[in-house]
Amino acid sequence: MAERNKYSIIIPTYNERLNIALVVFLVFKHLWDVDFEIIVVDDGSPDGTQEVVKQLQQVYGEDRILLRARPKKLGLGTAYSHGLKHASGNFVVIMDADLSHHPTYLPSFIKKQLETGANIVTGTRYVKGGGVHGWNLMRKLTSRGANVLAQTLLWPGVSDLTGSFRLYRKSVLEDIISSCVSKGYVFQMEMIVRASRKGYHIEEVPISFVDRIYGSSKLGGSEIVEYLKGLAYLLVTT
Amino acid sequence: MTRTSSSISGSFRPQLYHRSMKHIVKIMTLLVGISALWFGLLKTSMVPSSHTLLLPIYFIMCLGCYGLLMVGVGLMRFPTCPQEALLLQQDVIEAKGYLKQRGVDVGSE
Repeated sequence: MAERNKYSIIIPTYNERLNIALVVFLVFKHLWDVDFEIIVVDDGSPDGTQEVVKQLQQVYGEDRILLRARPKKLGLGTAYSHGLKHASGNFVVIMDADLSHHPTYLPSFIKKQLETGANIVTGTRYVKGGGVHGWNLMRKLTSRGANVLAQTLLWPGVSDLTGSFRLYRKSVLEDIISSCVSKGYVFQMEMIVRASRKGYHIEEVPISFVDRIYGSSKLGGSEIVEYLKGLAYLLVTT
Repeated sequence: MTRTSSSISGSFRPQLYHRSMKHIVKIMTLLVGISALWFGLLKTSMVPSSHTLLLPIYFIMCLGCYGLLMVGVGLMRFPTCPQEALLLQQDVIEAKGYLKQRGVDVGSE
């Protein structure tokens, strides 16, 4: 008896009033033949994101779009854990709400997993077929420099460490998340590195990453220090 | 079509190395090995010690150059996708049109 796969797509949001509607539309457009649910974990956005999600529920159904909000910004890691608790699928996709992760790649994640039986499929911006847009030279330089440093120190086995567009087998995500303690994008790195250390089968698919078109990016200047601290932490503890 | 082998136990690969050996231990072992080699060279004086003493500096310089090379090459070959930005613009227009008709507020922020 073949098991049917259901995909729970967890999207953490904060002030993504417009983007979340666009993302939901695109997910439904590209996964029309797949059994899935979208779990929006909103951290008390003041811009009315949750109202828009409720409108979307009227259009697509409350069984397809789950709003599992939290009272305030409580961090990315806990957002995933929170979403996981409500996930009824056997696979979990995590992605950003700001359209930098385009739902058109979701079928390729699913296909790769079915082909290889992988536990994790991670999107990479750094291989042929993938790519970025809207990055100036400085950003590309820091990204590439950060990547080379991380590859040299950690030998992670994946080409894109900080990416957060991933498909996980639900049991695997539960296992890894319980052992990760970092915050922000270092958390993403920690997850994939720990998964690699634990011997989980990880595959990659190329994805494109178009810099956010609506809203303000949450990338700041002290990120470099945080990154180096994160690398050092991962070097020693994984 | 789904595969029954996508069950949990079917896809878990066994540990490729002893679970409790952390990555840092592997790195340290490597460094210790290289250091031992270096001390050995110093002691046996097969190579003039003036050269041997400088080896660590050469090593670090090579590592640095390699790193810079990798950064440079990666930067040159950094894949970009301007066409994706255009497609995204089209997607946004399509999405807004569809959702607006169905009562979802897609006005600009």
